[in-house]
Amino acid sequence: MEYFIQQLANGLTLGSIYGLVAIGYTMVYGIIGMINFAHGDIFMLGGFAALIVFLILTTFFAGIPVALALLVMLIVAMLMTGLWNWTIERIAYRPLRGSFRLAPLITAIGMSIVLSNFIQVTQGPRNKPIPPLVTEVYHIGNITISLKQILIVVITSILLFAFWYIVNKTPLGRAQRATEQDRKMAALLGVDVDKTISITFIMGAALAAVAGSMYLMYYGVASFNDGFIPGVKAFTAAVLGGIGSLPGAVLGGLLIGLIESLWSAYFSIAYKDVATFAILAIVLIFKPTGILGRPEVEKV
Amino acid sequence: MAIASENNVQPDVMAKAIKEAVFAGVVAFCMFLLFVGIETYQDINNQLVWRTRWGLLAVFVAVAVVGRFVTVAFIKPHLDKRKLAKAKTGVLDISEEKSFFHKHFLKIALVFLLCYPFLAMMIFGRQGSLKYVDNFGIQILIYVMLAWGLNIVVGLAGLLDLGYVAFYAVGAYSYALLSSYFGFSFWLLLPMAGILAALWGVILGFPVLRLRGDYLAIVTLAFGEIIRLVLINWTDVTRGTFGISGIAKASFFGIWSFDVGAANNFNKAWGLPSSSVYYKMFLFYIILALCMLTAYVTIRLRRMPIGRAWEALREDEIACRSLGINTVATKLTAFATGAMFGGFAGSFFAARQGFVSPESFVFLESAVILAIVVLGGMGSLTGIAIAAVVMVGGTELLREMEFLKHVFGPDFTPELYRMLLFGLAMIIVMLFKPRGFVGTREPTAFLKERKAVSGSFTKEGHG
Repeated sequence: MEYFIQQLANGLTLGSIYGLVAIGYTMVYGIIGMINFAHGDIFMLGGFAALIVFLILTTFFAGIPVALALLVMLIVAMLMTGLWNWTIERIAYRPLRGSFRLAPLITAIGMSIVLSNFIQVTQGPRNKPIPPLVTEVYHIGNITISLKQILIVVITSILLFAFWYIVNKTPLGRAQRATEQDRKMAALLGVDVDKTISITFIMGAALAAVAGSMYLMYYGVASFNDGFIPGVKAFTAAVLGGIGSLPGAVLGGLLIGLIESLWSAYFSIAYKDVATFAILAIVLIFKPTGILGRPEVEKV
Repeated sequence: MAIASENNVQPDVMAKAIKEAVFAGVVAFCMFLLFVGIETYQDINNQLVWRTRWGLLAVFVAVAVVGRFVTVAFIKPHLDKRKLAKAKTGVLDISEEKSFFHKHFLKIALVFLLCYPFLAMMIFGRQGSLKYVDNFGIQILIYVMLAWGLNIVVGLAGLLDLGYVAFYAVGAYSYALLSSYFGFSFWLLLPMAGILAALWGVILGFPVLRLRGDYLAIVTLAFGEIIRLVLINWTDVTRGTFGISGIAKASFFGIWSFDVGAANNFNKAWGLPSSSVYYKMFLFYIILALCMLTAYVTIRLRRMPIGRAWEALREDEIACRSLGINTVATKLTAFATGAMFGGFAGSFFAARQGFVSPESFVFLESAVILAIVVLGGMGSLTGIAIAAVVMVGGTELLREMEFLKHVFGPDFTPELYRMLLFGLAMIIVMLFKPRGFVGTREPTAFLKERKAVSGSFTKEGHG
């Protein structure tokens, strides 16, 4: 039982990270109907930004409190990736809006290749380890929970609440939801569609940056090809939850995190990704639009 | 009047260009500040440290500023003017008069390909031609074949498959395993690999029949990853990441062997000097024949009910079903046929390399193949072949750019930039030609005469 709870805690931590990345996928998909393949690499960029900020901070302000350092890392990473994703949308996706469906998919795959190779070229192909930031560990009975796990879950919850608030209660969120439902009608009613889409990309990137920074904090290492596997898993999470649905993305992320940690705990660590993908396929056979996705109704 | 307004516009454009250029500079500075301006590296104590690279950052910002300025001030007005002029004259892009080269492109290309290994040998000598036959010829043709195979699934049936490399892997491992465990020959295993891959196409196709669009895309991606992960982890059979080496070479239809020690060695039998180039030339003709087979089957199938059903499925699934077409069978045959050609290509790949490992079957390969299909213009065989030549040949060419070392210093390794440039090329081609290199399509069904139509008229499907 204790072992189970331990794995539950691990899965929840991992699931939070996937959930944050999955929101970026699902939002972009909801609003312009494209798979943003470069999103996983945006997540990687966020991790790298946090890593570089961390190095600068430890050089210039040696005795800086950890909480402050983390905050600075998160904020810089969010701004940085927000800017990157804004530029990417502007250069590679906006000119193809209204073009056929596969064109932005190909530019997104191209962008993903460019981003990971750009980091490989500029920062080198080796793994970048950093010293552990948060080392406190709590014991409850036989269960060990580290402070960084708690931090990840807490930060994720705060962000999700803030995010839910923005989407559901602010004029910006209303504009986003309107654009998602009917872009042409929203534009006719005075919503600045281009701006709304840009902001969606920036928001998605900021969440991915937080996830990337926390991934770095959790594993203590960053690498140029870190974007792919977590990216695919987050995308899987978004689809599992029903792509286009925000609660679905979080639910999907948590599910994927739990499946992964429980499978590696009870069955085999080697086949954990196989299990994740297999469960995705099985769920989609029975619910072709994901767990919380709206069924697609095609009008003739 | 027109002249006056043009003169008025000019300073406005300049002012706008300068403003945009400054903005681009600021954005570029912020974007590259951390990633280019600062370099992280491990010192002797294996500790991560950093140093600044202001010079490189300045170059990046300068490129952004100049690039944006030139785009806004010169390129965009020029393009607008050309578009306006075209609209005024009312002449359409598609001119009726085609050049001799254009008309006979296919015949010229085929003759060139048939002579290619001999030409290479004549120009570069026996050992010098090895690179051109193997790295360029065979490599490009493998991608042409894969892309044509995927074209059946994506271009004709409109089913977005992101895991095509799985079938390539099935073909390669079928050959590698069956030849090293049972000693079967290449000519027996080539069709078997195709059949096995087709079988896997059906197996993987079944669960995804109900899925549409991007749900289909992610599940095919997942299947591709599952197959790769199984290949990595099922170490008893596949030897995991070490891969399988020492795979038997293809023989000359069992008559002559290309193994150096064999009694019926091809080179010895024909009195040729011992060199691997003859084997490579033989392989070149095999893959060329396989490509031709793929093209022939695709062209013939498009004339048959099954091919027409695929295209109907791509255009409108509901209409398709209302007309009594069995969409299950249609989708499964598309998957199976596409997978079969992937399997052929895979077994050829294993025979050519003599070594297979899961490394060769990563998602990136699927992405590259899909990119070739889309960049070439989905459904257009010529366009896809051109895209494969440009994208694969272009990146292979980059390996050869030794002279760049003289420009950028001896530390410069062009290979590092290969995938970076590949990605950039994907983006740029898509931005300028969203419908691919070849913008016209040959319709399958037509009234009175066959006329090429614009690619914009064909749909890309939702399945």
